[in-house]
Formats: sequence, structure tokens, C-alpha cells
Amino acid sequence: MIDNDTLSKVLYIDLSKKKFTTRDRKDLFEKYLGGTGVATALLHEECPEGIDPFAEESPIIFAIGPLTGVFPLASKTCAMFKSPHTGDLGESHAGGRSAIAIRMAGYGAIVIKGKSELPIYLSISNGKVLFKNATTLWGMKDGSIAARVMRQNEKGEGLRAIFRIGQAGENMSTFANVTTETYRHFGRLGLGAIFGSKFLKGIVISGKQAIEVANKKEYRTLYDKIYNAATESSAMKKYHDVGTAINIKSLNSLKALPVRNLQASSTDEIEQVTGEEIAKNHLARRVACAHCPVACIHLAYLREPYDDDPYFYKTTPVCYDFELIYSLGTMVGITEPKAMLKLIDIVEQVGVDAMSMGVVLSWITEMFEKKMITKEDICGIDINWGKSNEYIELVKNIANPTTEFLKAAAKGVSYASSVYGGKEFAMQFGKNEMPGYHTGPSGYLGFLLGARHSHLDNAGYSLDQKELIKNDLSPKQVVDKLLEEEAIRQILSSIAVCFFARGIYNLNLVSDAIKLLGFDYTEDQLMELGKQIHLNKYRFKIREGFSFDKLEIPERIYETKDPTGKITKEYIKEGLDYATNLIC
Amino acid sequence: MKLAVKDAMRCVGCQSCMFACSRRSGNAGLSNTCIGVKSAGGISRGYTVVVCRSCENPPCANVCPTGALEPKEGGGVRLKSSKCIGCGMCKDACIIDAVFWNEQDNKPVICVQCGYCVEYCPYEVLELIKDKKGVSHD
Repeated sequence: MIDNDTLSKVLYIDLSKKKFTTRDRKDLFEKYLGGTGVATALLHEECPEGIDPFAEESPIIFAIGPLTGVFPLASKTCAMFKSPHTGDLGESHAGGRSAIAIRMAGYGAIVIKGKSELPIYLSISNGKVLFKNATTLWGMKDGSIAARVMRQNEKGEGLRAIFRIGQAGENMSTFANVTTETYRHFGRLGLGAIFGSKFLKGIVISGKQAIEVANKKEYRTLYDKIYNAATESSAMKKYHDVGTAINIKSLNSLKALPVRNLQASSTDEIEQVTGEEIAKNHLARRVACAHCPVACIHLAYLREPYDDDPYFYKTTPVCYDFELIYSLGTMVGITEPKAMLKLIDIVEQVGVDAMSMGVVLSWITEMFEKKMITKEDICGIDINWGKSNEYIELVKNIANPTTEFLKAAAKGVSYASSVYGGKEFAMQFGKNEMPGYHTGPSGYLGFLLGARHSHLDNAGYSLDQKELIKNDLSPKQVVDKLLEEEAIRQILSSIAVCFFARGIYNLNLVSDAIKLLGFDYTEDQLMELGKQIHLNKYRFKIREGFSFDKLEIPERIYETKDPTGKITKEYIKEGLDYATNLIC
Repeated sequence: MKLAVKDAMRCVGCQSCMFACSRRSGNAGLSNTCIGVKSAGGISRGYTVVVCRSCENPPCANVCPTGALEPKEGGGVRLKSSKCIGCGMCKDACIIDAVFWNEQDNKPVICVQCGYCVEYCPYEVLELIKDKKGVSHD
């Protein structure tokens, strides 16, 4: 890498001693580029084996990549931690201004350990870390208010990122998230709970520096090539126009969209919550992550009259996308857009992973329907499919649980079903609640094999739609393709490029781009590095007790119609057995 | 020519213009940007886009104690870097915050109205318009 690039600077923060130090870790960045590669290496270094994720020594790691602040679409920050939700690898990516702010503040990674004795937030700029008292922000019911206070108290307008947790994080729900720039999230696997366990309410970080490139002329040429691809080619059009919500209609017609806890895979009532209809009737603004011209973030405005005054309205901006329409819409039987937007809004306020919350709500509904729990277990709330006001009350009660059942539910459906039953319809894979893809066996093998049990690990759902819907592939062929895709994605998340840009950033382009930052890797070398990073993640998972044998698969996936008709126990088992031999 | 904000309501906050402006110096990052895109009190309210309005009687130049900022004919200023002592008075004098600061050099960065940023705004927020004396620019 280029000698004076501050990418190799790692900021170590100790919340117990309220101290910080910066160390040069060129060794890690030269070996793993940045992002997920470096964060995985730091996790191995910093996370003691077998530690309680809420222990003082449990680390929070953020890492960005060499292309951050240099090329468009390199807008992601990788967060790494020991997940309180799964007990092994915790990894979550977010955009907003997070990555640019960390890079411009002069760091490539941040490691936070220790535990404060009182609520604090961190203010990071100009090479300093200030520990600010956040006592007054603790317990606020809407996390966005805490962010507003930090915004008003700190400098760096337009250049800063503001991370914060909500009540669910404070109460250490294992699927609590960390929100950045109001609408972006380190969503999955419970980073918010780790913040909460450390009394860390938030982080404000900003900076504004130059990044030297190896060849200024080539830099401009390559920049224009990527920028033009992002703004003019069809590669990004889907995200730019209707957004990911465009998939609702097609997945519903394919019978691949989970409905009412996957009791069905399509609904006749989809019309109003398709991406096209929401855009037509409710879309108010589109916004972008810093240094990404695509603007995929879609905000709807929800206008609600107050009951006691006919000329008094509450207007709330609500961010929506495919996953939210699935998890807080069809999965819980809501197909009326305003009802859905209201539910999304409360989920934002308490600060939890929207996918996990949707799956938790739908599992609870089915438990209640089957009389496996009582109304008292859920604080007397009369829940049923499609009833958004009752779900809103339930979300508040899961974020602040008072019954033993809701305390279990706040740890996700894997844990809750191990206590209360209902495993056969607890829609989790590797203890992580499912995303909105009942596309076929590749999708499920993808969730099960992915290092973080996310659909984004290897896009098995895409393989179902492109291949298995038409052709036969053996489980081994599917697993080979999934692992290859996962290796490529390790590189994308190490240079910290948004996965939406995967059509632009092929390994050839990546090789050219990182060369300008002084990294010399051929395409083949990048592929090998991707495989190595993936295995490094699995080394951590296995060290912390993960085993393919322990994976529990809900029976429901075999019962509900899917577009391929190929989801069988034999198929999944053969795929898993083959993957076990390759990975372990 | 003068740089102007055509329609801030179309701004998505991608900051491509800011990176373009800084990239003119050859490097990546944001150290030399003379445009500021910031949320208008939270992202849901949209963005404020700050560019130099090239004032005809520029307050930034009027307060400069060393004459490092020279008013240009037709409006705006030119920075004579060697004269600048980095006192920051120009920055304070600009009430729209359009005098930006290079932290590493500890000197102001001043828009030269080149319009490079306009080419990198995919949503037509910025424009370069003909400079006619006496015409105000929004």
C-alpha cells in the first residue's frame, strides 16, 4: 500500500479506562486489504475464545477499505463482533456516511473494548476521542432523538457519521441493531446489544483529509469509468428507480415470497405493497450513501391524522425496501401500506433488525394461534395476522420485555423456540432469522452455509431464480457455486464496496482499482484471498462452537410451495454434507 | 461563469460533487472540496448545498488581514496562498459557510467557478451559468 496512507491506522478505544491509542497495522491491511478481511483478522486477535459477547473484553470492530473515499460505491463499513444472537461470528455492513467518515478521520479500522460505568457516546475527530456523558440520552423511546442531540452537540456537518442504538440495544435484545444516518443499519446479528452492554449509546465521527493515489491521470480515468457505469449503465437502474422493492411483485408471482410465517409463498393481496405502487403513492424522497450516486434509499412519507383534532397531522418519513416489505408486511400478513409503514417506523424507533423482528412477530402469532402461549405471555395483546396496531404494541414490549416469554423472544426465534417449542415453524437458519426468499434449495443452502447466515453472503436466492427454476443442478454443483460467490464477496467487502455494485466491480476492475492505492494483486490472487478470508471466518465460528451438525432446519420450508419444487431434506442434507467436507 | 445551485430539492446527498471538487487537485478524499452538502436538519428533510456565490463585494476578502484574498472583477475572490497566514477570519466572515478549509495546509480553499463538480452531479442540482454583472444567483 502507499506509504503515508492512513488506511493502516487502527484506532483502539478502551471504554473502561477511557483511553485510546492508534497503531499502524500495515501488516494486516497489506495481507487482507481492509473491510471484512482485516476485521476478521482483528476479531481473531481481540476476541478471547469462548467469551460472553457481553463481557468487558468482547470487542467491537469497524473496518473500511482502500477504495473508501477514492472511488464511487465504496461506501460500506464492515462491523465485526462475537454475535450475542448466534454465539459465533457477528458481521454486519452499513453504508450512510459511516465508511467515508472513518476514512476521512484518518483510520482504516476501529477496535472498541471495555465497558463504561455510565452511558456515554464517543466523539471522534482530529485524531482525538472524546468520551461524552450520554446519561440523559439513555432510555429515550425513539432512537432518532438521541441522534438529533448528538448532531446538535457535535461539529462536522455533512462530513460526519452518527451511529446510535435504541431501546432494544440498551436492553440487550440479541437482534438489536446500530443505526447510522437515520436510515442505514448495522442490522444483523446484534451489534446494538453489544453497544448496550458497554453503555455505549453512540459514536460521532468526522474528518476531511486527502488520500494520495499512485497515478493521478489513471485515477481520473478509472474514476470516470466507474462513475459512468454507476450512473448510466443498466447495472444500477433497479436500485436507482423503484429500488429493491421492485422484487416484491416478481417474487410473489413466482411463489417465492414468505407470507404469514411462510405458511404461504404468495398472496392475492400484494398489489398495494409492490414497489411500484408504494413509489407511486407514498415515495417522497430518495437519498444516497456518501460517495454513491445511485441513491437507492427510498423514503415514504406517512401522514396520519390525530384523532382529537381534524386539522392536526403527524407526518413521518419512513425508509422502506424489499426486506422490510417482506418482514414487516407479508410475513406478518400486512398488505396495506400505511399499516406497514407504521410498523416499520416503530421498529426503527426501538432499533432492531427488521428482518429478525418480522420473523419473531410471525412466529409469535403462530404460537398464539396454536395456543402454545397465552395472552398473558404477550402482555394481553390480542395479536393476529395483519393487525398492525397490535404488532406495534408487541414490538414495544419485545424491546422492553416484562414477561419471561417476551424476554426469550427478544433473543430471537431459535432461542425462544428451544424453550417454548414451535421449532418446526421458527424461521431461522444458523440462528439468524430468514430473509424474504423462499426461492428454492440454493437459497436455503446459502443461508445455512454463509459465514453470517445472510442471503447476502452468497446470493443463493439468485441461483435459484437464474438456474434451478429452469435446470437441474446437483447439491454439490450448487454448493460449489455458493462458495465461489462467497469468496468473491469477501473481496468486495474487504475493499468495502456495496454489493449492489457487484455488476460493476468485477475482480479485474478491483485489481486495477487497488493498484492505484499500491496493492498489487492479480485476479487469481484476489480469488485465493477471498477463499482464505472466508475460511478465516469459519475458523472463528468453529472455535466458538459452530458446527454444521447442529444446524436446525424448520420443517416449514419443505411444506410450502416454492418456484423450483426442489426443496427436499435429501437435497439440503447432501449439500450440507459436501460443504462440511470442504470447509471443516 | 458562475457556479449556482439550480435545485437543492433534487439533491440526494451522494456528495459526488464534493469528491469531484477535491479530486481536481489530483488526489482522492475531501481535503480540497469547496462545496458543502449537508442535511437540512436530518436527512429526511433533504439537503443544503453550499457553494461560493462569488459576492461582488466579498466579505471574506474584506476581513483578510494580509490581502491573501483578492476580489476578482465580476465577483468572487482569488487566493494568494503565499500571503495567507491561516487565521481563518475569511471563514468566519462568510455567513453561508462557503469558505472551506484545508485542515492539512491550514488554509482556505476557494471555489474557482470551474464547474468540474457540475459534471459529476447526476441529478442536475448544480449548474454553471453565464455571469452577467448585476444578475443575482440563487
